[in-house]
Amino acid sequence: MPAKGVTQTPTETPLRQSLDGDEAVGVVVEAVTRTFTARRKTVTALEGMSMSAHVREIVAVVGPSGCGKTTLLELICGLQRPDAGAVRAAPAALMPQRDLLLPWLGALDNAGLALRARGLSRAQARATAGPWFDRFGLAGFEHTHPAELSGGMRQRVSFLRSLLAGKPVLCLDEPFAALDAITRLQMQGWLGRVLEREPRTVVLVTHDVEEAVMLADRVVVMSPRPGREVAAIEVALPRPRHRNDQAVIDLRERALTALGVPS
Amino acid sequence: MRAFLAGLRVGWRPALLLAALIGAWELFVDLGGADPLILPAPHAIATALYNDRSLLWSNFKVTAEEVLLGILLAAAAGFVCAAAIHFFLTLRRAIYPLLIASQTIPIPMIAPVLILWLGFSILPKVVVIALVSFFPIVVTTLAGFAGVDAGLIKLMRTFDSTRLRTFRHVELPAALPGVVTGAKIAVVVAVIGAVFAELSGASSGLGYLFQQSLAQILTARAYAAVVILSLFAILLFALLTVAERAALPWAYNQRGES
Repeated sequence: MPAKGVTQTPTETPLRQSLDGDEAVGVVVEAVTRTFTARRKTVTALEGMSMSAHVREIVAVVGPSGCGKTTLLELICGLQRPDAGAVRAAPAALMPQRDLLLPWLGALDNAGLALRARGLSRAQARATAGPWFDRFGLAGFEHTHPAELSGGMRQRVSFLRSLLAGKPVLCLDEPFAALDAITRLQMQGWLGRVLEREPRTVVLVTHDVEEAVMLADRVVVMSPRPGREVAAIEVALPRPRHRNDQAVIDLRERALTALGVPS
Repeated sequence: MRAFLAGLRVGWRPALLLAALIGAWELFVDLGGADPLILPAPHAIATALYNDRSLLWSNFKVTAEEVLLGILLAAAAGFVCAAAIHFFLTLRRAIYPLLIASQTIPIPMIAPVLILWLGFSILPKVVVIALVSFFPIVVTTLAGFAGVDAGLIKLMRTFDSTRLRTFRHVELPAALPGVVTGAKIAVVVAVIGAVFAELSGASSGLGYLFQQSLAQILTARAYAAVVILSLFAILLFALLTVAERAALPWAYNQRGES
């Protein structure tokens, strides 16, 4: 959390016209180390962590709990600075683990929050977010408050909110972890279709190896804390993928083996 | 009508208890347990409420105006102060101890000083009421600001939000329920503050009437004034609850869930 009152790093990234931003750079994380000190205990979240995502590549990052996945995303989003190593990334928007929708706003105004954050008026934000509701299966729920939306709908609104930030990179932090198993599977299929139509450079952090293989072009497997890359698995499979395909099952097993889970 | 029935469902237990207490009180005085001049029986207070209704009403209007203005002033000042403290860490360190210290100054001591300073008008009473109401509003509003999820602040940063826009779109609405909660606590102490302010120098108001009635050994009328003050505080509290439910339904529902 940013210390209150401390001058924050200026965030005057210009409004990007091109969604690809810097054409050359997607995300590059090079030998990054990040340590935290809390109550005199030093915790190394990441040590010598490297990974990268090309422009418009979907990279899934899987690893055990507490291996520094969220820290990695915050480094990519520029919310933290590495203690050692380097992070180069086009401007990135975060999609947080919990939906963090504002309870006093309807779905449409929640989806437009990133636009309001850039200074657009409510009418402009609504006009921009509105057309997406149909495509996202949210039509008719524009003025429904988050408390009355289902878990899957809330995640879709949350995803749309981050998408509308207009950044070339999307950092998804376990987007479906809080959903029930059936909704999660439906949402994985949905996200795959959306990203086919709206390609972005995506870093998807997840616990779920199957989710990683279903969605990603590449799966980066991390070690327990301090986190670093232990394997990178190319997923050169056509889409749409099916979870029963032998190739998907094989890759899932490879990732699980890299995580140290016996098959 | 539905709200009334719901109120009845919630209210019958305290009403029953109150009736029992009043009955016991009535019996105690009627059987000679206390001098009616010191502790008048409930029926005497009820009689005073009826007989002196125009006197009580005109004085009530004075006190009600003081209390409403005082709470509005406290809510505005409390919100601005809490926002400033929230924005500037150094301010928090500098002001918070002073805020707490200010609450330990006895109001009966400060009220006469304010009346000397600000004159015999409504102003010193409003200031006294605002002073006692200010603290709970600042504390609960600050809690509202502090309760904003750190993840939301981070999210807004990745959206290139400015500090001010994050405040406007995220922190300000999140803190509003805190203002209402503070005001709910404040209405009760505000009524007490009004009485103290009027005791220190006033020519009207329920606190003034209370004092005058005691001096004339019209104890029942003095008690009647207290009854009206209590009912007024309960009414304000109820109104704030209704307003909160109507204007900030999300906060009301969240509290209902937890």
